[in-house]
Amino acid sequence: MDTPPIVISASPHVHSDRSSKQIMYDVVVAMIPAFLVSLVVFGINALIVTATAVVSCLLFEYLIQKFLMKTEITIWDGSALITGILLAFNLPAGLPIWMIAVGSLVAIGIAKLSFGGLGFNIFNPALVGRVFLLISFPVQMTLWPTAVQNNTTLADAVTGATTLGILKEGLQFGGTMTELGTQIPSHLNLFLGITGGSLGEMSALALLLGGLYLILRKVITWHIPVVVLGTMALMTGIFWLGDPLHYANPVIHLLSGGAILGAFYMATDLVTSPVTKKGMVLFAIGIGVITVVIRLFGAYPEGISFAILIMNAFVPLINKYCKPRRFGSKIKAKIV
Amino acid sequence: MTDSILYSALLLASLGVTAGMVLYVVSKKFQVYENPIIGTIEDILPAANCAGCGSPGCKAFAEKLVGSEDISDLFCPVGGNEVMREVAEILGKEVVEKDPLLAVVRCQGACDVRPRTTEYQGPKSCAISSLIYSGETDCQYGCLGDGDCVAVCKFDAMYMDEETGLPVVITDKCTSCGMCAEACPRDIIEMRPKHKRDLKIFVGCLNEDKGGIARKACSVACIGCSKCLDACPKEAITMKNNLAYIDPAYCTLCRKCVPVCPTDSIIETNFPKKKIKKVEVDKGMEVKSVNLVNHA
Amino acid sequence: MLKTFPKGGIHPAENKLTSSREIKRLPVPKVVYVPIAQHIGIPAEIIVDRKDKVEIGQVIAKSGGYVSSNIHSPVAGTVTKLDMIIDTSGYKKQCIVIRTDAKNEANFTETVYPLKKKIVLKPKEILQRISDYGIVGLGGATFPSHVKLNIKGDKKIDCLIINGVECEPYLTADHRLMLEKTEEILVGIQILMSALKVPRAIIGVENNKKDAVAAFKKITATEPKIQVAALQVKYPQGGEKQLVRALLDREVPKNGLPLDVGVIVHNVGTIFAIYQAVQHDLPLIERVVTITGKKMENASNFWVRIGTPIKDLITEVGGLPEGTRKIVNGGPMMGKAIKNTDVPVTKGTSGILVIHADEASRGETKPCIRCGECVTVCPMGLEPHLLMNLSEKGMYKKAGQEDVLTCIECGSCSYVCPSHRPLLDYIRFGKSIVKNLESSKN
Repeated sequence: MDTPPIVISASPHVHSDRSSKQIMYDVVVAMIPAFLVSLVVFGINALIVTATAVVSCLLFEYLIQKFLMKTEITIWDGSALITGILLAFNLPAGLPIWMIAVGSLVAIGIAKLSFGGLGFNIFNPALVGRVFLLISFPVQMTLWPTAVQNNTTLADAVTGATTLGILKEGLQFGGTMTELGTQIPSHLNLFLGITGGSLGEMSALALLLGGLYLILRKVITWHIPVVVLGTMALMTGIFWLGDPLHYANPVIHLLSGGAILGAFYMATDLVTSPVTKKGMVLFAIGIGVITVVIRLFGAYPEGISFAILIMNAFVPLINKYCKPRRFGSKIKAKIV
Repeated sequence: MTDSILYSALLLASLGVTAGMVLYVVSKKFQVYENPIIGTIEDILPAANCAGCGSPGCKAFAEKLVGSEDISDLFCPVGGNEVMREVAEILGKEVVEKDPLLAVVRCQGACDVRPRTTEYQGPKSCAISSLIYSGETDCQYGCLGDGDCVAVCKFDAMYMDEETGLPVVITDKCTSCGMCAEACPRDIIEMRPKHKRDLKIFVGCLNEDKGGIARKACSVACIGCSKCLDACPKEAITMKNNLAYIDPAYCTLCRKCVPVCPTDSIIETNFPKKKIKKVEVDKGMEVKSVNLVNHA
Repeated sequence: MLKTFPKGGIHPAENKLTSSREIKRLPVPKVVYVPIAQHIGIPAEIIVDRKDKVEIGQVIAKSGGYVSSNIHSPVAGTVTKLDMIIDTSGYKKQCIVIRTDAKNEANFTETVYPLKKKIVLKPKEILQRISDYGIVGLGGATFPSHVKLNIKGDKKIDCLIINGVECEPYLTADHRLMLEKTEEILVGIQILMSALKVPRAIIGVENNKKDAVAAFKKITATEPKIQVAALQVKYPQGGEKQLVRALLDREVPKNGLPLDVGVIVHNVGTIFAIYQAVQHDLPLIERVVTITGKKMENASNFWVRIGTPIKDLITEVGGLPEGTRKIVNGGPMMGKAIKNTDVPVTKGTSGILVIHADEASRGETKPCIRCGECVTVCPMGLEPHLLMNLSEKGMYKKAGQEDVLTCIECGSCSYVCPSHRPLLDYIRFGKSIVKNLESSKN
């Protein structure tokens, strides 16, 4: 037959223009502003860390799929790329390259592919990689090279602590906020990105810009980021109002560390977050609460990675109990 | 130094003992009584859990066998007469012996004889594609080729022949559980009695359309010409809705019907090579017999 | 702010290419193939035989039960055979094949039916006529109308809803009908209101048909009992339950009917058919069909006799465009792809959509990324991704508990899925199994 035969398929016969690949690349686009900021702040180191993470993520995915799983190679669907960038965003600049590769292997090999690949993973792969590194190499992972043009009191140090690190240390040993106030960057600097920390945590402004893009492109909804940050603000706010001397104010908490990065880019990961809006809110509240608890009372200065991973584990349960309201499950109006 | 070794050894030992005791108490307390015969019967059954008997698994079937007074209508097709005899002996109940069966695919509409007139897009499942239309060819009775039968076979006794697009039963592996016949939305797979040396004769078509239409859709379709009826010395062939059917109860495998069929829609397998007329059918037959040899 | 239903819905490209094309009359075909199963329910029973001469509008197949419908000869001619023809279901079904007799035809085609406003028949007679004259829901579902209009027991109806939504992309049959037969439809509504003794009626039209809204508003200005409501454009607003929710803020209970909340919904096409039956004594033998497609230059709307092979329609508009790879009976969201163009037009054929090879194939299925889009757009509050999983894994009982049966098969989930997953295919499959399980239980 010359012409191909008529196609028969079940309805619908039209499809929206969106594809999962497009969603993935939207996420990548949204991360560009934050990446640019990290380039400005950390220079070539930022590029090295990001490139290493991305390349090793893609490479491990390719190798594992080709030789271990013997399945279709899906490295171009964008998900490994995102994992790579997110992992890099969660690492300090100047981390040894081999460590980054190990983190990528854990992220892709253990957190993603061993569960069955894209769509089947329970935990956010980038965060698993990051937490693995944090626990395995605590010294290197908390060695924060300071910003190139950092003009705070830490200007002459090669490495310094993050804002949250300063707070944790200081408050633990009986310091007060008034004493520490001079050591931590101003709110404005925190917002613009002139602070210490991992690559992607620099500028709240850049992250918000990307987050806004994601919301406008309908890749994510506002529910998770707003509720995560809202819960954090509320909780830290209560403590701060009760004892402003020993607790930092909510603005510092929101702008420092990985709060915004986590809330917009990692908690919202489609695969590892709940499906319904109701579920998303519940999930986000959980993240907010756990983050603040770890930050204020835990051993680590920052807790959002752990909070997200812990709540990831609850997603199946949340999906099971947060169902959309079925149409017609309750008769609404009476016949007149 | 020794202290710490002793201490940890003691700790572990006491932990072990405590846990063991808890386990023992719990298992005693929550033990469910089960008729031991059920276990014995279950051990005899093939443990394939194929559901060919109608029960969801071997254990359920064992319970049913033990529980029912009359088990004459219960049969494990996989274990066959041998297993059923053993079961009957243990339970002291009567069982009915059955002839061993074999799944046969009653469609030979391979790609070259049955042209594909449309292209189906959607989940690769006969059950789903049959919901929306009659299949890629113009024959609405034949094999859909999406392999539901192969998917459901628990004994790896079936595979899809890539060349013909049709399922093939590996005779030696077929346990006659009948799940493939149940899975087929077209009822193409029939459970027919097994003969020695795996001899088979059956009509490889289910097309009920009138001759011309059937032939147009598929060149090896049964066109309802009734020639085989006259050729059959045992009156084993019946004609219904333009379709011939060879009743295995009467068929003596004499092969008289095979050469008279103008469309070669009667399939004979494993007979010594004799008059096979058409090249295309010959090819199809060869593919099948080669596979059978491979797995023999 | 215009009304709409609150939960779910999508906005597919409208592509209403033929909304300004007047309804033309398709020449009467030489041969018609009239299937006996054109409606939901029991197929009709054939009461003619080979070589019988039949008159136009003569009953050729009788209603086979309560949920069934009479079928009338759409042409005057001779029955040549009773044959099996592939219909829109994709399977060969019993058909009555009639060769048209040109002489008798001419009289009918040339008759002009003037608007007749006065309703003479009594309510009972009206309902009887709707039943006798083979009227079924012309929106696409083809549910026999007399069953819908039979209000049993203590059920009370306080509102009649006229469905002029036509939310399916591409289709414009109802739109054109509303523009060209506005007054007839109004009389049709009055007929039904008098037959059912309903105090009020609402005509629901989506706001992409502003001219139809205006036309109705103009002629109902003097009719206080009949309202016209423009609705926000959102698919699947034409679904009964969604329309009732949008217009009256009443939610039809799960597994219930609009009747349960005091409403009856009828499509504008059905209303026009009722008008024809009651006022002009004409059974349902023709309907408006949109023939359309992006590559089709002469896409238009036609009055087509039931039983006309689709190829006649295609020939009339200049044949299939080059590169056609899919032909759909109905709209792109809920229509069925047909096997060949010999398939006849039936009472449920609202349009023929011709799809070019560029858009005919499905995208490659990728793993579910749990984005939740399907849940967001499902107008019934279901979780399509979950239902697909359950029916794929054979967990039908669980699928039943997750309300798979309430799915209205609107296709919104498959439409939005970024991973191109065949959600509706599996849900439909699960539905069929769950239905069987439930009926075998009872």
